Amino acid sequence: MIHRFANPTRFVRLADVIQPWAAGMTFLFFVTGLYFGLFASPADYQQGETVRIMYIHVPAAWMALFCYTAMAAACGTALIWKHPLADLAARATAPIGACFTLLALVTGSLWGQPMWGTWWVWDARLTSVLILFFLYLGYMALNNAFDDAERGFKASAILALVGFVNVPIIKFSVDWWNTLHQPASVLKAGGPAIHASMLTPLILMALAFKAYYLWVLLIRMRGEINAMKVRALRMRQVQQADMADKVAAGKVG
Amino acid sequence: MSSFIAILSRDLNLAYRQGMDSVMVVMFFVIAVVLFPFGVGPEANILARIAAGVIWVAALLASMLSLERLFDADYEDGSLEILILQPITLEIAVAAKVTAHWLTTGLPLIIAAPVLAILLNLPADGFAVLISALALGTPSLSLIGAIGAALILGARRGGVLLSLLVLPLYIPVLIFGVSAVDAGLGGFPFKSHLLALGGLLLATLALCPWVSASALKQALRS
Amino acid sequence: MPSFSGQGLGCFRGGRLVFENLAFALQPGNALVLRGPNGSGKSTLLRLMAGLIQPLEGQIKWSDSDAGITDDPDLHYGRTHYVGHADAVKPVLTVTENVTFWARLRSPQSDVAGAIDKLGIAPLADIPGQFLSAGQKRRVNLARILAVPANLWLLDEPATALDVDAIAALCDAIAEHRAAGGMVVASTHQNLALTDHAVLHLSDYITEDPALV
Repeated sequence: MIHRFANPTRFVRLADVIQPWAAGMTFLFFVTGLYFGLFASPADYQQGETVRIMYIHVPAAWMALFCYTAMAAACGTALIWKHPLADLAARATAPIGACFTLLALVTGSLWGQPMWGTWWVWDARLTSVLILFFLYLGYMALNNAFDDAERGFKASAILALVGFVNVPIIKFSVDWWNTLHQPASVLKAGGPAIHASMLTPLILMALAFKAYYLWVLLIRMRGEINAMKVRALRMRQVQQADMADKVAAGKVG
Repeated sequence: MSSFIAILSRDLNLAYRQGMDSVMVVMFFVIAVVLFPFGVGPEANILARIAAGVIWVAALLASMLSLERLFDADYEDGSLEILILQPITLEIAVAAKVTAHWLTTGLPLIIAAPVLAILLNLPADGFAVLISALALGTPSLSLIGAIGAALILGARRGGVLLSLLVLPLYIPVLIFGVSAVDAGLGGFPFKSHLLALGGLLLATLALCPWVSASALKQALRS
Repeated sequence: MPSFSGQGLGCFRGGRLVFENLAFALQPGNALVLRGPNGSGKSTLLRLMAGLIQPLEGQIKWSDSDAGITDDPDLHYGRTHYVGHADAVKPVLTVTENVTFWARLRSPQSDVAGAIDKLGIAPLADIPGQFLSAGQKRRVNLARILAVPANLWLLDEPATALDVDAIAALCDAIAEHRAAGGMVVASTHQNLALTDHAVLHLSDYITEDPALV
């Protein structure tokens, strides 16, 4: 028969192997990234020391989009191929993505104050990222709104896929509209428009965030698997008690 | 097509006999707008400046308020389950229900809007743009809202949840709806904003019935 | 002639395996009664047969075609009538309007008046649904499936809230349906007076939840 819990065994074994590596990579990249970002890179000739906010802000913003894309992909997988781990991966990704989005918004605000003279502007990039944050919150709220976990998974997966239209809007908002936010300078045609001394810490921090995501994702997914096992055990208790009752009352058969 | 007409006429019939729904939506719309002169003060030029935005936001909230019942009544009394088990295209059934929702809530809002625009001192050049923008925008609101209404079926505290899901998705309609009126008032060409609203309507018309139908199927399968 | 059968069915609902390795087969004119304690999956099995949900394993087939019923849902919905727990009677629509709405979705030709008459609610034809008792609402729901013919009837506790006369009318309707070559699957606690029906005891298929790993 098809065994719904067959996959998690393999997954947990794989997670056991990957998890310490992800933790180690997170630590390694964070330390080197922070060293290069804070000490071994120059201050900007216009922005001064505040430019160093970039080493948190930009990777966090990348992760905000990356997590949503990963979440939407997991949701699509869950809806089409009904892979139980995909539901768990999407559910585990959402809070991480929401945190990265919030981090990008807050650091952006802190950076905007000295640079633009305002904490917040209603331009296309900032607004669309704020909507992304709301979409994460909506996803999590919907996911937890049902007594039947399965229904929560499916409903929120549909929402995540609908909300995916926002991702390209965020990416291209700086090109489509005139915004205060500067256009992409790393990922662009014709090579990055940023000096290597700044690119190095940026890439290191981005890797650190990716490794951190992987690490926390694995921890959260294992937590979810354990929660599912507890739920299934409870169901079984109820079922057995129910059957015992019926047998005692002579109603079975 | 016959199933579209059958469902549309049933829903209109239900709305007509249950009566109050449309009236309450319009009353909410009017009261919400009337609060603003008290909130920001009665100066005519300030009210005129914010009129378009206030009317759009109130319309959006009013349209959303009635969404919760769009599928919920049919879900609770078992009609939805039977509807899914009929040999009809569910997307068409959804489109019929959304059309009925728009006719009973969106259309009354458009009719009430000019009166409110007068109360808020919206300059005369803005009226035609406001009405056309609402006519193009409110069907999109009903269509997008249908997705949310289908997703929350069976959820705890569905109404609050619905606003959390639907309002972020309403923002594009709001942006183009208000900027069309602002452009009209400033004497700029507003056609491109109306075209954007029309584009949104076409996109939601193509996508939303399909997504809502699959959300409804998910809701009934658990 | 059409037949309706399922093989090796297993179903996973609400985090547990409800039943597994279940099989059934119906020929034209046959009736199958589902029995079992609460939670043994009678409703789940009927929803599987209706094509509302998909089995975890196994397949339900119409006649001998290789395709399962969920491969072409609309085809299956067209030949099936399903009566669930809720009666779907709108409080502000009259009995006739309630039945007519569902009949029109299926076919332009329907016998609404005849169906209402068969279940003994003809005097209520112009009464809005809100004034009906539970048993009368159930009869309205049953009139819906009489108004337009379909090959297979799936009835989940159809006799709930019905009085003796109404149960007799239902049994007559089922007998007539079977005589015309129709098939019936019903879950019931009460004894519907069905002649020579097969019985499926769902408690035979309840399985120990597979060990969690």
